[in-house]
Amino acid sequence: MQVNDNKEFQPLIVAFCCNWCSYAGADLSGTNRLNYPTNVKIIRVPCSCRVNPMFILRAFQKGADGVILCGCHPGDCHYTSGNYFTRRRMTLLFSMLDFLGIERDRTRVEWVSAAEGAKFAATMNEFTEAVKKLGPNRRLEDLRCRKQ
Amino acid sequence: MQRIGVFVCHCGTNIAATVDVKTVAETLGKEPGVVISQDYQYMCSESGQNLVKDAIKEHNLTGIVICSCSPRMHENTFRKAAAAAGLNPYLVEIANIREQCSWIHKEIATATEKAVILGRAAIAKVHLNAPLTAGESPVVKKALVIGGGIAGIQTALDIAEAGFDVDIVEKNPTIGGKMAQIDKTFPTLDCAACILTPKMVEASQNERITIRSFSEVTDVKGFVGNFTVKIKKKARYVDETKCTGCGLCTEKCPMKKVPNEFNMGLDNRSAVYIPFAQAVPKVATIDPNYCMMLKTGKCGVCSKVCSVGAINYKQQDEIIEEKYGAIIVATGFNPISLDKYDEFAYGQSPDVVTSLELERLMNAAGPNGGTLLRPSDKTHPHTIVFVQCVGSRCDDSKGKPYCSKICCMYTAKHAMLIREKYPDTEVYVFYIDVRTPGKNFDEFYRRAVEQYNVHYIKGMVGKVTPKSDGKIDVQASDLLANEQLHINADMVVLAAAIEPDKTARPLATMLTTQMDTNDFFTEAHPKLRPVESATAGIFLSGACQGPKDIPETVAQASAAAAKAIGLLCKNSITCNPCVAHSNELMCNGCSSCEKVCPYGAITYIDKEFRMPDRTTKVRRVASVNPAVCQGCGACTVACPSGAMDLNGFSNSQIMAEVDAICK
Amino acid sequence: MQEAMINKAKQLLADGTVSRVIGWKRGEFAYDITPAVFETAEELEKDFVFDDFTSANVSKYLVKESKKEGKVLVFLKPCDTYSLNQLTKEHRVDRDNIYVVGIPGGPKLDIEKIKAKGITGITSVKNDNFTLKIETLYGEETMPFYEAVLDKCASCKSKKHVTYDELIGEDGDTLESNRFDMVEQLENMTSQERYDFWRSELSKCIRCNACRNVCPACTCENCVFDNPASGIDNKAPADSFEENMFHIIRAFHVAGRCTDCGECSRVCPQHIPLHLLNRKFIKDINSLYGEYQAGADTTSRAPLTDYTADDCEASIVHERGVE
Repeated sequence: MQVNDNKEFQPLIVAFCCNWCSYAGADLSGTNRLNYPTNVKIIRVPCSCRVNPMFILRAFQKGADGVILCGCHPGDCHYTSGNYFTRRRMTLLFSMLDFLGIERDRTRVEWVSAAEGAKFAATMNEFTEAVKKLGPNRRLEDLRCRKQ
Repeated sequence: MQRIGVFVCHCGTNIAATVDVKTVAETLGKEPGVVISQDYQYMCSESGQNLVKDAIKEHNLTGIVICSCSPRMHENTFRKAAAAAGLNPYLVEIANIREQCSWIHKEIATATEKAVILGRAAIAKVHLNAPLTAGESPVVKKALVIGGGIAGIQTALDIAEAGFDVDIVEKNPTIGGKMAQIDKTFPTLDCAACILTPKMVEASQNERITIRSFSEVTDVKGFVGNFTVKIKKKARYVDETKCTGCGLCTEKCPMKKVPNEFNMGLDNRSAVYIPFAQAVPKVATIDPNYCMMLKTGKCGVCSKVCSVGAINYKQQDEIIEEKYGAIIVATGFNPISLDKYDEFAYGQSPDVVTSLELERLMNAAGPNGGTLLRPSDKTHPHTIVFVQCVGSRCDDSKGKPYCSKICCMYTAKHAMLIREKYPDTEVYVFYIDVRTPGKNFDEFYRRAVEQYNVHYIKGMVGKVTPKSDGKIDVQASDLLANEQLHINADMVVLAAAIEPDKTARPLATMLTTQMDTNDFFTEAHPKLRPVESATAGIFLSGACQGPKDIPETVAQASAAAAKAIGLLCKNSITCNPCVAHSNELMCNGCSSCEKVCPYGAITYIDKEFRMPDRTTKVRRVASVNPAVCQGCGACTVACPSGAMDLNGFSNSQIMAEVDAICK
Repeated sequence: MQEAMINKAKQLLADGTVSRVIGWKRGEFAYDITPAVFETAEELEKDFVFDDFTSANVSKYLVKESKKEGKVLVFLKPCDTYSLNQLTKEHRVDRDNIYVVGIPGGPKLDIEKIKAKGITGITSVKNDNFTLKIETLYGEETMPFYEAVLDKCASCKSKKHVTYDELIGEDGDTLESNRFDMVEQLENMTSQERYDFWRSELSKCIRCNACRNVCPACTCENCVFDNPASGIDNKAPADSFEENMFHIIRAFHVAGRCTDCGECSRVCPQHIPLHLLNRKFIKDINSLYGEYQAGADTTSRAPLTDYTADDCEASIVHERGVE
């Protein structure tokens, strides 16, 4: 949790982006100078299907306030079928987190193609706002790992 | 102990204007394991790269982090630089502080803070990077071309020319494809057979080319450089090695009422047949659906008249297995079925024909010997209406959303040929747009309008109604004059949309290549890699990738050949080392990973393990073929025990990045 | 029944069909039943038990036992046969080396429910026409049979054996069970209520790993929690919600593979309703990807290693009712 001078809550957002579509989409929003908040930190993975639920849980445990996973649009996966597996895995995982009482708006999957720089920026703006509204993630964290 | 070097690029002012690069370099310099942290104006420039190389040597670095533009931009540049300085190229990590930081943020304080965090994540990852060596896998110096139309023939000829063996697999009894059925070609109006058949002969005579006609690919295993393909050689009931193509059997065959597919069913052929005079291979084929001998066991005329004893009623399908280094798909196209187009009365009147049927009607080797006659009463047509875009550029489910590309030009050709040969015939062309980009194409179209007085009318035909007097009423709108028209026509020619061959989809599954929603093969990159599929070692030639005319098809066929030759020239290929691998000690052999692998890269072996108590135990464990694996990582998540991991993006590396970001 | 089973086992040992038998034997107390391997007729005569407390699912023992020399006889209740099928499908057991005798299922008893009535010093428990006659050091007590039935048996999903070589008694059918009721009840709570529920449950976890050790889907050679390269290897348990990372990951790893045998909750010394996590996944899978029962066969594709192009998006979670 970063707290800036005017004490507005600044959430920490971890974004996993697949190398072929979404990471390129993120690059494109940079190339087009489309702003999104500094709260978003991107981790590059070869395919959205590389994202293990453990990574997401770990992020929350270590203090992330929201985790978003971006991949190629269904049907466009560089590896043919990766994002289809991602979709099932994340649907079930997010449903489970919801079942455990974790706020649903802290997790999200979004399909962003390499051409959708504008969508990437818009998605990140929107998601950051949504997480900001929820406030800090207190339900799913490990207090011992927090920066004091 | 790790010795990590951090290099922060200014990228002129691209990064330096919003990120305080000095602070980034200074802060990251204090991270554990970092022994040198520098900033520089342009890290990717030669002097920038030298800075990195010198630092690697001077500080004996074990890993480097470049804080710069996107890894998609310069990761390779810095990997090469590292390799040149003696550092394994996979010990390089990039922190993207331009596209994903300086360019999207405005405030220097927060942008700098983020750049530091991105740098830290890269440092955390590089701590866990392992040196990787790209493996090598041998290349079988032989290519397979699937489809023997002009695309396949051209590709095969080019590859053979370069000195490699090529097999052409063609599902029909002869090669030649659609071009063999075409009468004249635009925009030069030279005869298709005159330019195609010499190429067919050339292919059959080239000692490096093997034509496997009347055959289909049934199974593809393996990977780039090393495919194993099963080919089904369908029974033609004629011994190819004996048949001389004399044609006596086709003359004597009593069963003469078989619709002739080569002439689009406009006339008949015999049950034993040679598709056309210039067929390659020129060998007879018996059609088991019509042959009396095969159906009832009574007849045997062809066998009696064949002087070389080539007829063999007992012939069976045969499966051949061959190895190839490269596969070129050239499965081509077909006109769509017009069953759903009742409004154009196709199927109701024999005088409503498709453009490809018109080609046969006008062809000297066609059913009428080259004289254009109405199929219904064999009279000379005086008014012909052409309808464009039948099923092309359609937004409903009946047709195709794309432009079939070739129809505008061949219709101009047809119109011109008819006006040339039969000046008393009026020709109307109804179009949505006339699209004629291409060398000498627009000139060609203008000649049709200006010199040959073909009536081009912008508008769509609403209804075609066959009348009792044998004429056809064509009801249409003229959009420019804004009026309704009725034309009393003798013939109507429909420019049916083209679609990929039906064999393409099952083939794509076998090849694990991608297709678009219209079943055209998807190229690896729409602009920069237009003749390669995304699957390594599979190339695309001709209309299987999208609608194309002959010059484009031939150009793409040669391009695909060039790409395939580039692969076949190599003795071995370097594999991407960022692939999955299984820790056999932890693998359960449960098959979860195999089920999610899109490439069939995972197999299982029974492996013997020495146990701590000195006994041995045999366990089923996963084994990844690094030449086949493309490194998506689907298996790593499917694996419950975490035995499956991915080089370059390992569980611990990604966890380390997460931790660094969330610190 | 016990007699018939012992006779069957003795016969199969004698004619050489099998060389050992997996069943149950008594522990320190009458109700304290534990799985056991028997190799001789004498051992069977002496120790083999089958009664209202033989609830343990012994299929997991086949992972090791089926790989040894000679065939192994195993007595499986209907619910246990699902686990065996799942293990066969995942190549964890050698089915050819197993001789399955299907035996009737429960309902089996939960000693904790008897003790919860304040009954102590129990020496034996007898079912007399659905009234339990409980001998204790302090005299006889009684209670209705159904009040002491194990939770997993109370929501039994099937009386049908999905794999067997031979049956003792008759085969039953799959049942309409109420097993998703509690999951649904939780789903209808608010997010905060659910969080409070799970926090209070999961914070009881002492990370004894009993759930993992008993689970027939958890047969990994080396658990991911014991793998230093996984980044999530075992840490000291702490009184924190962090404990549920273990349970979320465990539930996710068995999602689409869990047959809902209920052993995890049965063995939990802290009485955490862990089966609810698995059932949540099963319920979601059934409703989103079509009915799927793990272990019903040995060939179908598991829901998480399968997909269709028109699967729902993850956002379906956000679109559901109660927040």
